[in-house]
Amino acid sequence: MMKRDECFRVLKRHVTDEVVVATYSSAVDWLALGERTLNYFSIGAMGLDSSHALGLALGRPDKRIICLQGDGSLLMNLGSLVTIAAAAPKNLVHLVVQNRTYEANGGHPIPNTRTDFAAMARSAGYAHAHEFSELANFEQQAAHVLKQEGPVLATLHVEPSGPLTYDYPKLYDAARRAAIKAELEKM
Amino acid sequence: MDADLRTDGDDEIELKGSPIVAALKAGGIEYVLSVPDIVTSRGLLRPIARDPAFKLIRVCKEDECIGIASGLFYCDKRALTLIQHTGFLDSINAIRGVAVEYAQPICMMIGLLQHDPRTTPRNSPRYGVRIVEPILDAMGIPHHLINEEPDITKIRPAIDDAYTNSHPVAFLVGRRPSMS
Repeated sequence: MMKRDECFRVLKRHVTDEVVVATYSSAVDWLALGERTLNYFSIGAMGLDSSHALGLALGRPDKRIICLQGDGSLLMNLGSLVTIAAAAPKNLVHLVVQNRTYEANGGHPIPNTRTDFAAMARSAGYAHAHEFSELANFEQQAAHVLKQEGPVLATLHVEPSGPLTYDYPKLYDAARRAAIKAELEKM
Repeated sequence: MDADLRTDGDDEIELKGSPIVAALKAGGIEYVLSVPDIVTSRGLLRPIARDPAFKLIRVCKEDECIGIASGLFYCDKRALTLIQHTGFLDSINAIRGVAVEYAQPICMMIGLLQHDPRTTPRNSPRYGVRIVEPILDAMGIPHHLINEEPDITKIRPAIDDAYTNSHPVAFLVGRRPSMS
């Protein structure tokens, strides 16, 4: 079993000018690795991360969009798997962080901890679906997954993390949203 | 007559769909995000689906539209969320969080299912319709009733205002637009 922050450190080594969409615990761990203008934190309505990512992927087909979504969040928006598969954005990589809990809401378990998101994505019509449970395997495959023609989904099986500090005003910051919009206009 | 039993033939006023579609184009709408709604199905969604000027994204649940439209906004693409009022009610938290608190130009065209167009939405025979305008008012979302042909002139300036001043807007479609 992996740890989310370890997975994100691996991911960070491969991320250059991609837009990274993240929410709640994933956003906290991703931001801990450093500020970057092209971080899009979709805090405000849990579950919509994959939909925000689809909008970005459709609007900027020339940019790679990476969505870091928790399992509890995706469960609130499972239909988005079907919508994304139908829209078929080639530039969307959807990483589902499966820790089997609603970590930001007290660590309670998701309704079915054995849910197979990769199988769901495959049957919804994603171009590729993967699962990773071992960090060494993810390290070896990450570059390949990030470059595959999308939509691509990869489930990252991780342990629940320790207590996190959720600095929502920082994540919500309007200046952050203005900065990414301005950056996308320049690119 | 009960609103459920009314048919298009009972409605003496025609609301044409094509000028609404033209107003959306004039407002720069490129993407239409939709869950089908019987009020707007024939007169709006079907012609939009056939029109190469629009990119139609069919979604599974209405709140997806709010996230997609937000992502598109960051890419300077204009989108219309075309849904039924039941879907609007189901999406309130997404609209609250993304459209209102983030102050984003989420443009919604909402069919008032089972509304009797001879009355105002606040006086609708349907509870679900009666609460739509008060909810929009409580959320501070500007809204416009599209019930008769002159109402169509409200669409383009309201879309432009939403994008210029970064706020959501709702168009409430009170009667079924015709295919003409």
